[in-house]
Amino acid sequence: MAYRAVAIKRWPGMVAAALVAAIVLGTLLAVTLRAEAGRGLGPSEWAAIRFTILQAVISAAISVALAVPVARALARRRFFGRRILITLLGAPFILPVIVAVMGLLAVFGRSGVLNVALRWLGLPEMQVYGFHGVVLAHVFFNLPLASRLILQGWQDIPAERFRLAAQLGFGPRDIWRVLERPMLRRVLPGAAAVIFAICLSSFAVALTLGGGPKATTVELAIYQAFRFDFDLGRAALLSCVQILLVGTAALLALRLSGRDSFGAGMDRQLQRWDAQSRALRVTDAACIMLAALFLVLPIGLVLAKGLPGLPQLPVTVWRAAGVSLIVALVSTVLMLVFALPMAVAAAAGRGRLEAAGLLGIAASPLVIGTGLFIVIHPIADPFAFAFPVTAVVNAIMALPFALRIMVPAVRDTVQSYGQLSATLNLSGITWLRLVLIPRIRGTLGFACGLTAAMSMGDLGVIALFADPEHATLPLQMYRLMGAYQLQAAAGAAVLLLVLSFGLFWLMDKGGRGHAEA
Amino acid sequence: MKYLSIAAGLFAATTAVADTPVLTVYTYDSFVSDWGPGPAVEKAFEETCACDLKFVGADDGAALLARVKLEGARTDADIVLGLDTNLTAAARETGLFADHAVSANYAFPLGWNDAQFVPFDWGIFAFVKNADLDAPTDFKALGASDLKIVIQDPRSSTPGLGLLMWVKTAYGDEAQSVWEGLADNIVTVTKGWSESYGMFIEGEADMVLSYTTSPAYHLIAEEDASKDAVKFSEGHYMQIEVAGKLKSTDQDALADQFLAFMVSDAFQSIIPTTNWMYPAVTPADGLPKGFETLVVPDKGLLVASDKVPALREEALAEWLTALSQ
Repeated sequence: MAYRAVAIKRWPGMVAAALVAAIVLGTLLAVTLRAEAGRGLGPSEWAAIRFTILQAVISAAISVALAVPVARALARRRFFGRRILITLLGAPFILPVIVAVMGLLAVFGRSGVLNVALRWLGLPEMQVYGFHGVVLAHVFFNLPLASRLILQGWQDIPAERFRLAAQLGFGPRDIWRVLERPMLRRVLPGAAAVIFAICLSSFAVALTLGGGPKATTVELAIYQAFRFDFDLGRAALLSCVQILLVGTAALLALRLSGRDSFGAGMDRQLQRWDAQSRALRVTDAACIMLAALFLVLPIGLVLAKGLPGLPQLPVTVWRAAGVSLIVALVSTVLMLVFALPMAVAAAAGRGRLEAAGLLGIAASPLVIGTGLFIVIHPIADPFAFAFPVTAVVNAIMALPFALRIMVPAVRDTVQSYGQLSATLNLSGITWLRLVLIPRIRGTLGFACGLTAAMSMGDLGVIALFADPEHATLPLQMYRLMGAYQLQAAAGAAVLLLVLSFGLFWLMDKGGRGHAEA
Repeated sequence: MKYLSIAAGLFAATTAVADTPVLTVYTYDSFVSDWGPGPAVEKAFEETCACDLKFVGADDGAALLARVKLEGARTDADIVLGLDTNLTAAARETGLFADHAVSANYAFPLGWNDAQFVPFDWGIFAFVKNADLDAPTDFKALGASDLKIVIQDPRSSTPGLGLLMWVKTAYGDEAQSVWEGLADNIVTVTKGWSESYGMFIEGEADMVLSYTTSPAYHLIAEEDASKDAVKFSEGHYMQIEVAGKLKSTDQDALADQFLAFMVSDAFQSIIPTTNWMYPAVTPADGLPKGFETLVVPDKGLLVASDKVPALREEALAEWLTALSQ
């Protein structure tokens, strides 16, 4: 592989990865050192670990499996509203958990639209609570992300390959064998690993839709260890289990996924000659419509329910919205500072660096937050650090997604343009500016949009640090709910949704610019 | 991480040190929210104390205690307000809390005798329903019915823990079989009170575990009489919320002054329509109009705080077994 010869510096990426690892593992260590003798892991913790793995594996597998036809349909078809639909697909992922759960229940719950329809038709009702409910919710959250990651894979196949395939008279089956299957082999393991990692740290969603303590996850066990037992040792131990699981999944995925790219194209407009048959058109249309309905309906109901609450929002909510916006933008910048060098180093051969990035989601935010609290408290007032800490933690949480999105594109650029860049003696910032960033603009925008939106919607560590004047929008929303202000809380949810989505849309669009993605 | 410290400096600058003494009170989030008692309490106390009362919010009572434990003797807090009797044993064990000298004529049954903690309000756990629903009046009948309820997880929520102790106190060794009876009535278990109350309002369940005072909110704030609570014949478990002074306080006299203020009319009359709980000491003007419509249980149940930790362990194991089958 010739790309190793390219003069790409890996050390900035190694430094960034080391810094991330230091924050995640350092906070874990801080918690462990602060711990008093606890009772270790009992049978209920082991049951939680088994349940967590099982639901995460199944949720990841189903999300990815369903995402393939959706992504293929979106890759093959051009239709009015396609771009908006692709952007909308990002919405569930960036919703705050409680909003998403309420949206899902408005569709699938006991008095949701689905059961109302079933009753009207005289059919038996559907029960959403249970293991299948957990999987349903996780698929709702992650199907869009999986679809976007896989769609990205399709778009990374240069248009010239499809042109050549058409000239050689390839049918859909040949295209699948020669182009699509190798591409999926490259993309699927990574996508599945990221989704596995997200589902692993699920807590409120799993508990609420799982219908009770059967659906206890590791994250809930950590929460309990902190809150009610104050057993920091057990919390740290459980966090290690999470990290171990995510680490194993990440290494497995990296090993399974093929690395070779399809080479560079001329960035021509993509044309597909292979999928014109009527049957394929109908299948693709059905896939797109079903996915859109499944994803957009709950969000639409959240919007409809919350709009009347918007005028009731007190000024504190608007102020919190401003705070959240700033935190989101700072997180996005921080994410880029970490992710760009790491993606370059990972693309230039240090594939395992991406595993370091995954640490961000593997570690429980509660553990990171508490660890930072323990570290900061002796030197300074943790409240003074509420926003910077939230921004840093949000950036680290978004890192795995950003890397998964960016690494394949960076690798393609390095493989395809590395030698030319070396010939021209391009390196460092100049290479970044002239070669890399223009080539990965689309993925960069998507990664930034995702980070900003996730940061907007995250309750995370701010709850540990916030005092009354310093609250983010999700925190204010919870406070509204806690004070019986359900209508206003629904309004705040709409505001949150609009702002998150607006940020996501702006950045994602800014990144796409010229591309058709 | 240079800009981190710059940002921190900026934030620090906005909280410039004033020359008036500052009393720092850690409390739970909903206490300090705009709709909670916090703003009114702050105003009332600052009128009398020539000081700056600063509230700091944590998620809920359990988070509050975890936070104080984490900070230990170096904590900035002078007062911790918002623990309940299920948490006081663990709080006492930290050795961080000082004795108080407050006495008052408390409104709740069973009396009060605690050297470190002073009650500021109390509530009664109950299932809340729509007023037109005919509901069973004890746990066994509820278990035999086909009504759907939504409750909170005792591992993450204080009302959830309250329900656990309620069933345990009412039924003792029979508690597990009562839970087994309830298993098919429980739609789901949520992380906190907000989620389950939201689900109930959206029609996901017939009843939700909340407080007898919840219907008062709908009645007084929304002029909506469509919700009420069910009176259970076993009696109802109570939640007494307390505050305590930290030994490490640098505002000893001011902290004592706050605790005394806390049981006075000025503080107590704020509680009913902001925290939607009963005031610990009934104010001279009585309770707000609307509170007379609330369900009053025949018997109040409460486990002595030092018995809570062991009983919780046992009850939690039974709960997990009964609901995991």
